[in-house]
Amino acid sequence: MSFDPKNVNVGDAMPTLELPPITRTTLALFAGASGDHNPIHIDLDFARKAGMKDVFAHGMLSMAYLARALTQWVPQSRLLSYGVRFAAITQVADRVQCSGKVVEKLEYRGRPCARIELTASRNGEQVTLSGDAIVALD
Amino acid sequence: MIDKKHIGYAPPPTLWTVEKGRIAFFAKVLGLSDPIHTDEAAAKAAGYRGIVAPPTFYFGAESDAGVSMKMIQAFDIDLGKVLHGEQRFEYHAPVCAGDTLRIETKVTDIYDKKGGLLEFVVRESKVTNQLCEHVADMRGVIVVRHG
Repeated sequence: MSFDPKNVNVGDAMPTLELPPITRTTLALFAGASGDHNPIHIDLDFARKAGMKDVFAHGMLSMAYLARALTQWVPQSRLLSYGVRFAAITQVADRVQCSGKVVEKLEYRGRPCARIELTASRNGEQVTLSGDAIVALD
Repeated sequence: MIDKKHIGYAPPPTLWTVEKGRIAFFAKVLGLSDPIHTDEAAAKAAGYRGIVAPPTFYFGAESDAGVSMKMIQAFDIDLGKVLHGEQRFEYHAPVCAGDTLRIETKVTDIYDKKGGLLEFVVRESKVTNQLCEHVADMRGVIVVRHG
């Protein structure tokens, strides 16, 4: 469903975005692109020494995917606030799915807005990120 | 335990240039297809000053500048035990290629749960640009897990 700021209703669903499985290549490239070089995401030796079975995805990778899903629906220029809690780790080979829906219409910083609840999950089962965005409707 | 004396820790501001090549790289890795992130004419047609940074793009500026790692070391945190707990952005103005961002960060809280098994560090950052515009605020929580 396309986003029409003049006709937004509670319950409107954001088109779901399904990503291909997370690869080690994606983690390496995201480390470089994002500036987060924490070796826990790219260096298996480091991850094992830290007690993990394997490297795992940056939380910010899923947050960026969730932002992609959102801005494919609502233009980025309308975005006023965007936040998430990281609930579970995303592993290599996981399929990330991003979904969202309008849960509230409100005034925010003096502007008419909608609050969109956002969720990322892995393999269609476990929630990895939950959060929300507030988008301007004026 | 992370010493609570670090509440109020404020590293020197980070000055970080927003490079269009880096935005294009970020957009490619994430699969962003909107040309406002890669094509200046498209960005200007959409009403922006220039190529637009995606919403979470500048989160990594302080990591990039080494500020985050210095904090981890100053607080004597084991990097292998760090997880990201929460992150929020408040947007006030667009960030475009060619901008120089100034990021001022302060540690506003340090607390623990489960008898110290989990420790939390809250960082709040104000982002301004070379036009003295207040472009964004960031609030992040990192979690340090023990055991």
